[in-house]
Amino acid sequence: MMHDMEVKDIVGDYKETILNLYGGLRRVVLYTEIETPYPDGKLIVSTTDITGVITHVNKAFVEMSAYTEDELIGSPHSILRHPDMPAVAFKDLWDTVNRGEHWQGFVKNLRKDGGYYWVKATVIPNIRQGKVVSYTSVRRKPSRIKVNECITLYPTL
Amino acid sequence: MPYQFTVSPDFSPEHLPGWYIFNTWLQRRSNEAIHLELYDSFQKLGSAIEADQVDLIYANPFDAAVLVRKKGFLPLVKAAGVSDEAIIAVHGDYPALDIGDLSSGIKVALPEAPDVSMIGMMLLEAGDLNAGNIRALMCDSYILIAKQLLQGNVDVGVFFAEAYDDLSNITKSKLKVLVRSQISVIHHTLMIGPKLASRRDDIQHSLVTMNQDEKGKHVVKSLGFDAWVTVEDEEMEFMIDLMDALAI
Ligand SMILES: Cc1cc2nc3c(=O)[nH]c(=O)nc-3n(C[C@H](O)[C@H](O)[C@H](O)COP(=O)(O)O)c2cc1C
Repeated sequence: MMHDMEVKDIVGDYKETILNLYGGLRRVVLYTEIETPYPDGKLIVSTTDITGVITHVNKAFVEMSAYTEDELIGSPHSILRHPDMPAVAFKDLWDTVNRGEHWQGFVKNLRKDGGYYWVKATVIPNIRQGKVVSYTSVRRKPSRIKVNECITLYPTL
Repeated sequence: MPYQFTVSPDFSPEHLPGWYIFNTWLQRRSNEAIHLELYDSFQKLGSAIEADQVDLIYANPFDAAVLVRKKGFLPLVKAAGVSDEAIIAVHGDYPALDIGDLSSGIKVALPEAPDVSMIGMMLLEAGDLNAGNIRALMCDSYILIAKQLLQGNVDVGVFFAEAYDDLSNITKSKLKVLVRSQISVIHHTLMIGPKLASRRDDIQHSLVTMNQDEKGKHVVKSLGFDAWVTVEDEEMEFMIDLMDALAI
């Protein structure tokens, strides 16, 4: 389950906005300007069912998102959606994986404490016996140059 | 015709006798004639796999996709507590403290092992480095990569983490680790091919219990680890998906 973000969880000065998510879902999010650096050498991995509900996360995912594993499993992956991310990026993500292809892009994710972290994500369909049964995202440390390009580009999309 | 067993060419030379001992153990246990055939390059191994000349293999994760998805291999076991990780290292005096300090045009010593190379390149990507803006030098051994670094012939070396740890203390004291991967779900896997598929369950059982008697324990130790643990089909599929995601 995904809930509105709560002031008690937030660290630092925050802004508030409402995200309009897929399927008419609305979520109040609170976000700060505090960046958590990507952990060196690690991959952040999660799997969703075909509707985008989280079914598996690794330890690095839990640590970086600041949620507990229990809070993440069963929640839509948009629990990490940051208001600075352009909607077209995720439309492209879903259009791409629905064609059975790999999607790659740079994503700014929202932590439970209102902070954020940048990743380079690769989303792939998990195909078993010829059928797409789930999706997996594997995230690695992004280069600073690429992140800076996105910081300039994303507000224009 | 005996069944053909092979070990990915990136095995460490000190474990070569161990693989022969293991093959003998495997023949006795399975009551099958099994011949250990070693290939000295990934190219030659690839041709043998393509020509269906392999029935059992201790496979590099890089070859897992073809073995499982094209050749009908099934996972048996992996080494307990071991995963394939890479280290990026430089000379101790090199003016860089992390990947972000490296610049394009640098010379990088890479191993033949395709999984370690791939993880290494993935780690370098965080510094905007890629095959197009580095100069790659392929090296036959990790000792050679260390040598190239110490002699100043290359800026950066990519190591199999375990091989780096096994370098002499003198060598390590002159090198500096910039980053060590902590992926933990990419590993070599012992796999069984279609001709032996009916023996999968009992061979798998023999393997995971082999450290329970003195003889078996000694054999598995000679390979450089303590025990074999089961690899489930889905774990294998997931690792292949992960390799796929990292390859781009
Ligand atoms: C495997 C997978 C991983 C995803 N990872 C993220 C993520 O880390 N952050 C994120 O904001 N959206 C992620 N998404 C996209 C979300 O499902 C969602 O589309 C996005 O957050 C935008 O929300 P919306 O589609 O409800 O508008 C992922 C989707 C899939 C299939």
